[in-house]
Amino acid sequence: MTGETDGWTILTIALLTLNTVITRCFFFLSSKRWSLPDWAARSLNYAPIAALAAVIAPEVVMTQGQLIHTWQDARLFGVAAGCAWFYWRRSLLGTLACGMGAYLSLRLLAGW
Amino acid sequence: MTRWWRDEHLLLGMRDMASICPGMGAWGLMTGVAMVQSNLSTLELVLMALFVFAGSSQLAALPLIAAGAPLWVVLATAFCVNLRFVVFSAHLRDFMMDLPLPQRLLRGYATADLSYMLMLRHWPQAAPDVAGRAQQRSYLAGSGLLAWICWSAASLLGAAFASSIPTSWGLGFAGTLALTGIVWALTNNTMRVLALVVAGSAAVAAFALPLKLNIVVAIAAAVCVCMVLEQLHPALRERSEP
Repeated sequence: MTGETDGWTILTIALLTLNTVITRCFFFLSSKRWSLPDWAARSLNYAPIAALAAVIAPEVVMTQGQLIHTWQDARLFGVAAGCAWFYWRRSLLGTLACGMGAYLSLRLLAGW
Repeated sequence: MTRWWRDEHLLLGMRDMASICPGMGAWGLMTGVAMVQSNLSTLELVLMALFVFAGSSQLAALPLIAAGAPLWVVLATAFCVNLRFVVFSAHLRDFMMDLPLPQRLLRGYATADLSYMLMLRHWPQAAPDVAGRAQQRSYLAGSGLLAWICWSAASLLGAAFASSIPTSWGLGFAGTLALTGIVWALTNNTMRVLALVVAGSAAVAAFALPLKLNIVVAIAAAVCVCMVLEQLHPALRERSEP
C-alpha cells in the first residue's frame, strides 16, 4: 500500500519535527531576560490572526492556484455555515460539525 | 508532589481538549490519508504521525515531498505555515520562563493552536505568582498531552483506512474549518477583523509566490495596515488590547 523508505524523507521528517519545536518555542529558547520592542509587541495583536487568515483564505476561494469563478462551491457554504454556528454558539466542535455538514451535503448530494 | 490525576488544572485542560477532540480527530484522519496518498512508506508515515505534530504544515509539506521538491523548499514552506507559533511563543514566554530549557522545549512542542487558544479563554495573561503560572502550565500540559494522543491516533487510523475513504469527499476541508474556528475565537475587535480581511486578500493575491511566501506577504501587509491605522487614530489602539 505504501512506498519505499528513503533516507531523505526520514531526514525531512526529522527536520519538520525540529521546525515544530523551534517555531513553537522560538521566544523562549534563550534564557536571557529580554523584552520585545514596543512596535513588535503591538504587532503581536495582529500577526497570529493574519497568519491564520493567510493559510485559510486560499484554501476556501482558490482551486489549483486560480480564484474560483462560481459561487456554487461547497467550500464557500461550508465556511459560511461554520462561521454562523460560531457566532451563535461560540463552540469549535459545532463550527466544525456544522461546516462539514453543509460542505459534505453540497459536495456529495449536489455534486458541487 | 501532587499525583497527576489529582491535579485539577491538568484534568481541566484534558476535559476542555476532549470537547474538541472529535474535530481534531477528523483533521488527523485526513492528514493520515494525505500521508498515504503522498506515497510515504509505513515507517515514514508512522514517524510523521507521531513526531511532527503540526497538521497545517504537514498538509503543506506532503505534496512537496511527493513531488520530490528540494529539502530546503519543504522546510521553508513548513516554516512559513508555522509562523503563527513564533508569534504565540512570544506570549507564552511569560508562562514558561520558570522552567529549565528541556522542560520549556517539551511543553512548547506540545502547545499547538488549540491548546494555546483554550488556555487564553481561561487566562489571557500569565499569572503574577509562581504557583499561578504552574497551574496554567498544568492546564497546557493536560490539553497538549491529550491533543497529541488524539492527533497521533487519528493520523495512524487515517493512514490504515486510507484506501476506504474516497478522495472525492474532500475531507481535508475539516482542517480549514478547524483553523476558521480558531481564527474567529482570536478575532475579538474591529481592528483584528481588518487584519483578517487584509491578510486573507493578500494571501490570495500573492498566491503565485513560491514556498508559500504569500503567507509572509499577508502577515506583513495586515500588520502594516493595522499599525499605521493605530498611529493615525490612537483611539483604535485602546480598543485593540487583547
